[in-house]
Amino acid sequence: MALVLTEEQELLKETAHEFIQEQSPVSEFRRLRDSVDESGFDRKLYAQMAELGWMGVIYPEEYGGLDLGYLELGQIFEECGRGLVAQPLLATVVLGGGCILEGGNDLQRKDILTQISTGDRLLSLAFQESAHHNPYGISTSAELSGNHFVLSGKKTFVLDGHVADQIVVVARTSGKAGDRDGLTLFLVDAGAEGVTVNRTIMLDGRNAANVHLDAVKVEKAAVIGELDAGADVLDPVLDRATAILCCEMMGTLSEAFDKALEYLKTREQFGVLIGSFQALKHRAANMFVESELSRSILLDALSAVDEGRDNSAQVVSCAKARLNDSLILICNEAVQMFGGIGVTDEEDIGLYLKRARVMAAAFGDSSWHRARYASLGGY
Amino acid sequence: MSDLETFRQEAREWLEENCPPSMRQGLASNEEVEWGGRAAQGRTDDKKVWLDRMGAKGWTCPTWPAEYGGGGLSKAETKVLHQELSAMKAPPALTSFGISMLGPALLEYASEEQKKKFIPEIVQGKIWWCQGYSEPGSGSDLASLQTRAEDKGDHFLVNGQKIWTSYADHADWIFCLVRTNTEVPKHDGISFLLFDMASPGVTVSPIQLISGSSPFCQTFFQDVKVPKENLIGEMGGGWTIAKRLLQHERSMIGGMGLGLAGGAKRGLTEVVKEYAGETDGRISDSLTRDQFSQLRMDMQAFAATTSRSAAEAKAGKPPGPASSIFKLYGTELNKRRYEFMMSVLGTQALGWEGEGFTSEELSGTRDWLRSYGNSIEGGTSEVQLNIIAKRVLGLPD
Repeated sequence: MALVLTEEQELLKETAHEFIQEQSPVSEFRRLRDSVDESGFDRKLYAQMAELGWMGVIYPEEYGGLDLGYLELGQIFEECGRGLVAQPLLATVVLGGGCILEGGNDLQRKDILTQISTGDRLLSLAFQESAHHNPYGISTSAELSGNHFVLSGKKTFVLDGHVADQIVVVARTSGKAGDRDGLTLFLVDAGAEGVTVNRTIMLDGRNAANVHLDAVKVEKAAVIGELDAGADVLDPVLDRATAILCCEMMGTLSEAFDKALEYLKTREQFGVLIGSFQALKHRAANMFVESELSRSILLDALSAVDEGRDNSAQVVSCAKARLNDSLILICNEAVQMFGGIGVTDEEDIGLYLKRARVMAAAFGDSSWHRARYASLGGY
Repeated sequence: MSDLETFRQEAREWLEENCPPSMRQGLASNEEVEWGGRAAQGRTDDKKVWLDRMGAKGWTCPTWPAEYGGGGLSKAETKVLHQELSAMKAPPALTSFGISMLGPALLEYASEEQKKKFIPEIVQGKIWWCQGYSEPGSGSDLASLQTRAEDKGDHFLVNGQKIWTSYADHADWIFCLVRTNTEVPKHDGISFLLFDMASPGVTVSPIQLISGSSPFCQTFFQDVKVPKENLIGEMGGGWTIAKRLLQHERSMIGGMGLGLAGGAKRGLTEVVKEYAGETDGRISDSLTRDQFSQLRMDMQAFAATTSRSAAEAKAGKPPGPASSIFKLYGTELNKRRYEFMMSVLGTQALGWEGEGFTSEELSGTRDWLRSYGNSIEGGTSEVQLNIIAKRVLGLPD
């Protein structure tokens, strides 16, 4: 269990920190949001990140990757979370690319992972169909017709779906919605006939899409992994993506907390610094404790994923539920501590609050993860 | 085989040979653990055998230096030892304030002579130590303590009163904070003294708690003579030792958040399922199930934090302000766990004594009432929050 970062991991984190502070400060995120940029992210910056090797951290060297672990990738995401970096990194590398890495054949892996590593291809994963996370609740159908599958259905909350070149679609080839069996993963070109991608403007200023599949014809070769056994790929990919999202959440949480703390040490009322008030001190101390506990379980979750531990799904659920709750707590408390300025758009803390809500909903809210944690724990 | 696996093998064999079978059944309550001391009261034969063997081996204090009777084990070996102990459901052979509080402070601050005299007795459980800190007028404001120790040339003369002295009625010796100088600021006039509770002038009066037990006492000192060599550290330097010892105390109390030492007789999940009911292997009531998950997650995150802190301390750093997190969170978590079990057990949690309730139910209720003290003793939760705000977060006074 690696609960303390090695020197190399610290260095990677530091490098990511410096790069983001210089190249992609929060003001850059504001510019993107306010300019109503069509893609919603900076392609030049994405290319720079690819040059640094960030897209290939978890991929084998033969595909241009660094062959490192999720603990390493997580350090980069934590810094992205601190800086509210709006890039399709998670969707491409961990979700879409993650499916290829886990379930793809040699041809698919070589073609796609290499392109992702160089920053030349963007992917996404379309699984969600309702307002709540429910990975087996898939009604989108895929029916065999001659040499093709025909896909029909509606997907929602497809992260960075509107910029993806290719979308991994989770569809049902047998069984009924809710069944773990009978799911199959398909690689679908975003420009294929019958695919409509509508960008949804989310409250965090980031990018997601609704995807409509209207009798989309895909080749048999577009299947990722085994027919009807898509969950064997989807499950580990979602766990890894959840662990990585938790790292981003940890960064967002840490920055929100640091900002609140800084405010307590500089804002004066009644002739004294407001941080001297015990009512605020105790709340700040509780926020700190929550953040420390979340960091511990997150580090444990990342090593569980990297080591392929039997209990990794349960530890990941533990981390996500805790990160959801502590991130929301800290953002809510921070806005209150900022007082009036905290509810203005001018102050950055509100951006953190909004981003927190989206991340908390992604890949399962707290009660979903507590229920899964219970099932995995045998109760 | 790695060295660690060799050690595991050896430890397992030694434990198999030396741990009496009656000591391998887990605990119903932490109250059952042996505390050692001169009097063998409440000690069964097997408990004594287990203590003597573990004490002689130094494994009651596995990480302490072997030259003072400790086990001389590395942190990794100690972890293995604990894993082997809990695998065979063996409780610790000894628990004491000597182990959790005084010993680490002595190892850091006592003279060589004092270490040679006091540490082996702690390891072997020969002396039951109690802690003379709080006074009626000095609770959270500990440094305002008034118990006096006058320098009488070849000895100190101690007069005053302590309160909340845990197990003073069983203890053989006391480590005691006394005021040796009233002319200086309050923190600078405190010294750290050790003395025999059998000394003339020491009287003890137990305090009955809401749990029905009397772990705490009032302790009175009237003209108690204490030899000069029993001063630890410098005259007036007691507060530094006192604070360090408090960090050890807080880590110990916070450890309660991890559950019963050495593993409980039955797993928590099994108990919850029995009382809350189960359907297809799940706790029937979804709200109870959700609350139980949340509790278990917090316990898991707390345990991970303990491990992380241990990993960070590998460089040999003493416990810092992080111990305030453990004290704060561990005790609050412990209280939450008992609160949760109270609601799960329903009216079976409301028995006080006699028939109609199992011993497990009755002791659970008493432990729940006892847990209220956890967030008060050793520095209240509010004091811990103050310490975190000041020392860790650097918030202004």
